[in-house]
Amino acid sequence: MKRFARFWWDFVVGDDWRVAAGIAVALALTALLAATSIPAWWFLPLTVAAVLWLSLRRAARY
Amino acid sequence: MVEALTIVLAMGVTRGWRAALVGTGAALLALAAIVAALGPALTVIPIGALRLVVGALLLVFGLQWLRKAILRASGWRAVRDEQALFEREAAEARTAARESHAGLDWYGFTVSFKGVLLEGLEVAFIVVTFGSTQGSIPLAAAGAGAAAVIVVIAGVVVRGPLGRVPENTLAYVVGVMLTTFGIFWGAEGAGVDWPGDDAALPGVLAFVLLVSLGYVTSLRRRRLAPA
Repeated sequence: MKRFARFWWDFVVGDDWRVAAGIAVALALTALLAATSIPAWWFLPLTVAAVLWLSLRRAARY
Repeated sequence: MVEALTIVLAMGVTRGWRAALVGTGAALLALAAIVAALGPALTVIPIGALRLVVGALLLVFGLQWLRKAILRASGWRAVRDEQALFEREAAEARTAARESHAGLDWYGFTVSFKGVLLEGLEVAFIVVTFGSTQGSIPLAAAGAGAAAVIVVIAGVVVRGPLGRVPENTLAYVVGVMLTTFGIFWGAEGAGVDWPGDDAALPGVLAFVLLVSLGYVTSLRRRRLAPA
């Protein structure tokens, strides 16, 4: 059971859990922004780019 | 798919082709069952929620692929070596004990089965997510099947692991595509109206491509810079 859970964790979350968490937060914030009168289409691409960069920086030991 | 082919080849050469091919067939049947079970289940979900879930999944998978491909392209992570993987798998297979179940070499069967199933699971998820969002899982499955056939034909022609396939470039392209569709559908599912609707997709693709290429350049410079 533990190995089964570990497999799915590795499969979905991968090497950096912060990326999955960042995506969840980014989508939630996008939904909040979309519910206002402010255009929200620009928010997710920029947030995804920022999440990726932070993960890469960590992996490349900046 | 390329890694799965390498594992099956290593098992076929060292443990015999029967167990390797039966293991591969069993794994393909299991993958087909997963797609057949998940596909109709996803179509029940309302389109807005479906796009949010599919977008989130594609973003998670896409960024995993893109992250690895960028780190490899910039020299921060070793590029995969199919020949080395083949030799490692073959060496382990030669020393593994012989045990038969149902007339099959069990080691060759299980390693082939696990290799194809685990490598194919991501493909199955891509088929289900793209297929359900676009309303045609059979077409998405046919595309994945065609890709698998091409990899197998290439393996038969080369008669060995596909060491010369630009695997990191392919992983990079897949990562860019998955991330692009993940952003597009994830944002739509969250309630965003894209300017120009579907016409915004090439713009998102260009953005992901340029940003990721910029990251490769930046990390490569950082790696080559004197300490």
